Amino acid sequence: MAVAAGLGPRLDRERFQWSSLVMLSPALVLLGVLFVFPVLYACYLGFTNLALVGSRSRAYDFTGLDNITRMLGDYVFIKSSWLTIIFVVGSAIIGQTVLGMALAILLRNALVSVSAVIGSIVIVAWVLPEITVALVWYAFSQAGGTLSILLRQTDTNFLVAVPMLIVSLANLWRNVAFSMLVFSAGLRNLPTEVLEAAEVEGASVWRRYRLVIFPLLKPTIVTNLLLVTILNLSEFTLIYAMTQGGPGIETMTLPLYVYQEAFVFHQLGYGTAISLVLVLIGAVFSLLFVRASRSQV
Amino acid sequence: MSAVSARRLADKELIVVPYRRVSVSALATNVVLILLGCFFLLPLLWMVFASVDANPDWAIKIPTPTLANFADVIGRADALSSFRSSLILAGTTTVLTTLLALLAAYPLSRMHIPFRRSFMLVILFASGLPVSMLVVPVYQMYVYLGWLDSLYTTALFLAASSLPFAIWLMKNFIDAVPLELEHAAAIDGASTFRILRQVVLPLTVPGIAVTAIYTFINAWGAFIIPFVLTYSPENQPGPVEIYNFMGSHGLFKFGDLAVFSLLFSLPVIVLYLFMSRYFSGAFNFGGAVK
Repeated sequence: MAVAAGLGPRLDRERFQWSSLVMLSPALVLLGVLFVFPVLYACYLGFTNLALVGSRSRAYDFTGLDNITRMLGDYVFIKSSWLTIIFVVGSAIIGQTVLGMALAILLRNALVSVSAVIGSIVIVAWVLPEITVALVWYAFSQAGGTLSILLRQTDTNFLVAVPMLIVSLANLWRNVAFSMLVFSAGLRNLPTEVLEAAEVEGASVWRRYRLVIFPLLKPTIVTNLLLVTILNLSEFTLIYAMTQGGPGIETMTLPLYVYQEAFVFHQLGYGTAISLVLVLIGAVFSLLFVRASRSQV
Repeated sequence: MSAVSARRLADKELIVVPYRRVSVSALATNVVLILLGCFFLLPLLWMVFASVDANPDWAIKIPTPTLANFADVIGRADALSSFRSSLILAGTTTVLTTLLALLAAYPLSRMHIPFRRSFMLVILFASGLPVSMLVVPVYQMYVYLGWLDSLYTTALFLAASSLPFAIWLMKNFIDAVPLELEHAAAIDGASTFRILRQVVLPLTVPGIAVTAIYTFINAWGAFIIPFVLTYSPENQPGPVEIYNFMGSHGLFKFGDLAVFSLLFSLPVIVLYLFMSRYFSGAFNFGGAVK
């Protein structure tokens, strides 16, 4: 032991180098000031009665669990939570995953030229700025718009008649390319021998998918489900630009309600408290994601 | 022709299958795919047709061709100034995010850092946090600091919010650069910064390009952050401008609105085409997070 101590630091193990801290520090400073601090600040503001204007914009108090109690009695909040769940489950979990998988399988089996054209159109819809998607879908669903002509109901404004369905469809239209690309990559990486074996053994197409391909794709499907859920939970721009949460509160999902409480009704404290609930929902899904990705390696 | 046809099984492999069995299902596959394609094409076509139509409507119709809408938009001072704002906002955000992400990702990929795995998990979790949570505290901070209504301070927050994912993306690209080259340079006596500049940087160009383009596309379309943090008309970027036009019924013609959003969408589509060459590997989520 005494001999080893005289030889200086061990060389057989990686050591911490100060230069790594120098390179990390600019990112850490920016993240600390404009990410970590705001997160902590939000956790505090969510338990205060801070307002945007008036006396409580300067002298606000810590009000403990008042905001939570208020939420439980706030029927807009309850409705908003339900709408968020409907939006995420309908548009993201079911719509995006099923349509994304269907597109990935169809693209693989269709003619190369058809796949190339349709694949590009789906991807263009995904790359477009959200505000452009909001505009083209706004036009598409208006009375006298393309959808009303296709359905022969030119007097119906579908954004008023079935607002949640239309914003969910618009969101599906925009985001499905993500799942499609994830599943296409997953299908491409499947071991060819196994697929050939199933085909040679004479398994029907349906049996091949149900018994071979889907089980092999399970890790990809799980990862896709959770990423898509987290991304869609915080969707704001598309819905807000199309409806501002209306008509009434028919499309007021939680991110829109946060904005409305904070910047329209000037209730910054209460708005932040609602955003904390949104984060809590996201955190539950993230934990599921980490657990799922660990258990399946 | 022989009674067989070749069908793609995997990307590079062809297998031979009896012709009759394929043709019915192949026809169905192509027809279903084309119908789905129409669902994606129709809303887009409206924007393209309306932009060159003298009398556009909410519905798709054969346009009465004109370039007057383009001339209108290019002559509008508010449209031009929102392009300028978007360029400043997205440009500043991209430069800042890419530079900081590169500097941070290198040590995270290569050097011994305590709690690295936990740090990367926190980074991944942070990139999933909703912006709506940060927008109120950041607004309060900006009021206090007097930073409201500036494109550069707004870009600073956009950079902070896009940094976690950028670091994660960049680290995965640097992980793919072979270590042996760096060991050789280190044995020859090169300093860490010299290795980064002369060995890692040239090999990471695709990764840097993807990170920069991804950040730019997001910043170009960012809505709620500039919507809350800026208020002067001359500081409104494209998305906020389009939103205002959509709300001002009748003040802005359909055709002009279509032209403006078409022109505003073109840069990101072009950038995506550049990026997609390098990006194909990024969707492999089969493996776990390293």
